[in-house]
Amino acid sequence: MSETVAVPASIDTSVPKNYLNHDKSIKSWLLTLDHKRIALLYLVTISIVFLVAGVLALLVRAELFTAGETLMKPDTYNQFFSLHGILMVFLFIVPSVPAIMGNFVMPMQLGAIDVAFPRLNLASYYIYLIGGVLVVTAILAGNIDTGWTFYTPYSARLGSSVIFMTLAVFIAGFSSILTGLNFIVTIHKMRAPGLTWNRLPLFVWSIYATSIVQVLATPVIGITMLLLLLEKTLQIGIFDPALGGDPILFQHFFWFYSHPAVYIMILPAFGIISDLMGVFSRHEVQGYKFVALSSVAIAFLGFLVWGHHMFVSGQSAISSIVFSLITYLIGIPTGVKVLNWVGTMYRGSVSFKTPMLYALSFLFLFTIGGLTGVALGVLGLDIHLHDTYFVVAHFHYVMMGGTVIAAIGGLHYWWPKITGKMYNETMGSIAAVLIFIGFNVTFFTQFVLGTKGMPRRYYDYQIQYEALHQISTVGSWILASGLFLVLFTFIHSLMKGKKAGSNPWGAATLEWTHTASPPSPHNFDEQPIVTHGPYDYHALARVSGDGAAQTSEPELSESRH
Amino acid sequence: MGTFWMPEGASTMSGEVDSLFYLVYWISVVIFIGVVAAMAYFAIKYRRTRESYVPPIVHENRFLEAAMIFIPLILTMVVFTFGFKTYLKMNIAPPTAYTIEAVASQWKWDFTYPNGKQVTGELHVPEGKPVKVHSTSMDVLHSFFIPQFRVKQDVVPNRYSSVWFQATKVDSFDVFCTEYCGTSHSGMLAKVIVHKPEDFEAWLNAGDDRPLDVQGESLFKANSCNTCHSIDGSRIVGPTFKGLFGSSRTFADGTTRTADEDYLRQSIMQPGSEIVESYPNVMPASYGTTLRPDDVTKIIEYIKTLK
Ligand code: HEC
Ligand SMILES: [Cu+2]
Repeated sequence: MSETVAVPASIDTSVPKNYLNHDKSIKSWLLTLDHKRIALLYLVTISIVFLVAGVLALLVRAELFTAGETLMKPDTYNQFFSLHGILMVFLFIVPSVPAIMGNFVMPMQLGAIDVAFPRLNLASYYIYLIGGVLVVTAILAGNIDTGWTFYTPYSARLGSSVIFMTLAVFIAGFSSILTGLNFIVTIHKMRAPGLTWNRLPLFVWSIYATSIVQVLATPVIGITMLLLLLEKTLQIGIFDPALGGDPILFQHFFWFYSHPAVYIMILPAFGIISDLMGVFSRHEVQGYKFVALSSVAIAFLGFLVWGHHMFVSGQSAISSIVFSLITYLIGIPTGVKVLNWVGTMYRGSVSFKTPMLYALSFLFLFTIGGLTGVALGVLGLDIHLHDTYFVVAHFHYVMMGGTVIAAIGGLHYWWPKITGKMYNETMGSIAAVLIFIGFNVTFFTQFVLGTKGMPRRYYDYQIQYEALHQISTVGSWILASGLFLVLFTFIHSLMKGKKAGSNPWGAATLEWTHTASPPSPHNFDEQPIVTHGPYDYHALARVSGDGAAQTSEPELSESRH
Repeated sequence: MGTFWMPEGASTMSGEVDSLFYLVYWISVVIFIGVVAAMAYFAIKYRRTRESYVPPIVHENRFLEAAMIFIPLILTMVVFTFGFKTYLKMNIAPPTAYTIEAVASQWKWDFTYPNGKQVTGELHVPEGKPVKVHSTSMDVLHSFFIPQFRVKQDVVPNRYSSVWFQATKVDSFDVFCTEYCGTSHSGMLAKVIVHKPEDFEAWLNAGDDRPLDVQGESLFKANSCNTCHSIDGSRIVGPTFKGLFGSSRTFADGTTRTADEDYLRQSIMQPGSEIVESYPNVMPASYGTTLRPDDVTKIIEYIKTLK
């Protein structure tokens, strides 16, 4: 449909200059200050991390195909699942959506030419890269097999490698702090005229909330690292029981960062889903204010629930009770958001393009993730379920079924803007369905394994669990084939994709209405002026003269001349 | 025999935990079906039929919004209250509980009874009486978990923690370690064996009259030696025990020695003292302090039988 309103190519035969082709040297990429190019640097790096960590997951699942030894020795297995967790959490999920889509889309949604501090933005990327290299060296050199939680005193046995590891994680985290700061300033200072807080796209709101958590929570890893270092060098007992320290204290520190980090991982996904539900239902997102502000509320409350990871650690019963209560308080706004997203379709005009398939998968999977989270928050029940596969399934439903599914949906949605090419809808939807099926086969079985008592991080298991493990492993193959199909769809689009119009989805936010696909190096040819809300498709239809499904090219050309 | 979700229950607590589970489960199922049904209904009913159609704005319904907050709030508070009650019961052991001391170490469970009897890898308990397992760890974190009893408690070095249960079935069940503790974490198993009270008394006061090598075989498994050493000639983490006794061993420093009883005892008590060629030095040194000398003798007797 967008084909008809092509760029004035017939008049001007040269390809229009955009951020991808205006300078093609390697240096112009590696030293770019353009938020869009930096986003692509992140996209490539983070995808490689995802690939590696994903292959490790497949190996772990393959080992579990039969009880006893299947492929590898216990130590290898332990290192593989640790590596999988560390890479996925610290180098993949935490930076993924903010660094890639936050960087690419957020400034454009604000009508800004870039983030507030472009140089800092580039520095963040390199800091992330250094952190990443250090993490991998720490793991390989230190044979780290502690899982991603590094609990002392087991991790202390590894000597200095756990300190090295926390240092590496902290450096990677430092990049998040800088990105967070950068984004907060950008959102405060660089909104286009007319873009009031009430007109901010929900994606921007969620990136805003995420940035707050990144800035406030990440320093805690730094503190933990310092304490580990002091303990090691001065031999004062902090965490190590051999020196009179308290290993439980380490868990407090760890979760004081890592629980808020869970919100760093999920809030950006909420933002993507809000935008997708709005655009593909062509409807105002229900409860806009609630969805926006509850993200910020969740960001703050997220600091007060870390103890729900420690119900059986031996912490006092009173603390457990308080943590359980606050956990519920955080659960409710999250639940209301899900209802708002579903409600957005009510009397809308729902299109089943690939991004929407991911958004619907998200609602399905995230609801399961959320409800099982409530089950885990129930004190008497958590005792049985803690540290079993039930927990593994729960956080995969939230992290993968939530964040990763939303991220892939978002990537399909913004792909035409990023590359200027459409992807093949059929391939895209088949992949979405494969991922949905594979995901459920892999992880739903793990809920059953968990309630039946299968502990997590087990190399070997009792024979009664074997059938379920096999189903789960087969699921992981379906899931992997879906993910590879996504990769293939994107490569196919780069090579053979049809040209994308500036606004193929009929969206009403600035990155679609006021700039070409792909955008010019400075995003907008003219400062956009915002006159309506982010999901106001009536205003969009008025401006573009006819149906909103038409691209808003007419408006574009008007503002150009 | 258990349900689709829960394993068979065998303690006074298991019924209560299961009711709690099914309460949360059914509330969740109803909410989930509601969400998915609404989603499917809206998606199909309002699917896009005309490309250019812009649907009307729907005004927010304050009443509906308030309901969306209050109904979940009430449901979660109900669930919280029940969860909290069960949690308190699980936390407070009856004062009359029979106390067994447990010591966890990489990768075994040692239990000591009030009369001084010590057993590795087997927790014998009487049916129908509250039992408290009072535990600590020699090295890293471990966690004591009996799925059929629905109890779990982390076991921490330099601290005591405890867990209590009252078994309701004469049978034996698995004890798992559920806090990651290294190479043989998944091999850190034990059995809880529930006796009739009178049989328990008899067991408690009886010595073990099985032959030494048979007892050694139990100890070989109870101490998780089997997670690193095979008895069929295959290589796991460490060398196989098949044909070990009497064979000539070559060490990493090139020296050799015949595997006699002294050598075996030394390899078990001080694993780092002589490292067998081509193997890593990963056997836990803690066996030197946690294995009783007569148990080592029994294990050696067992190794001798593996020709
Ligand atoms: C984490 C794995 C692991 C566990 C558990 C373990 N061992 Fe070992 N063991 C090894 C390794 C590796 C070696 C070879 C390196 C060395 O000599 O230390 C070894 C060596 C030995 C040897 C010398 C074998 C030879 O071929 O000369 C004996 C005897 C032995 N172990 C007995 C035991 C007993 C008895 C237990 C249980 C109480 C046990 N091990 C538990 C890993 C383990
Ligand atoms: Cu353990």
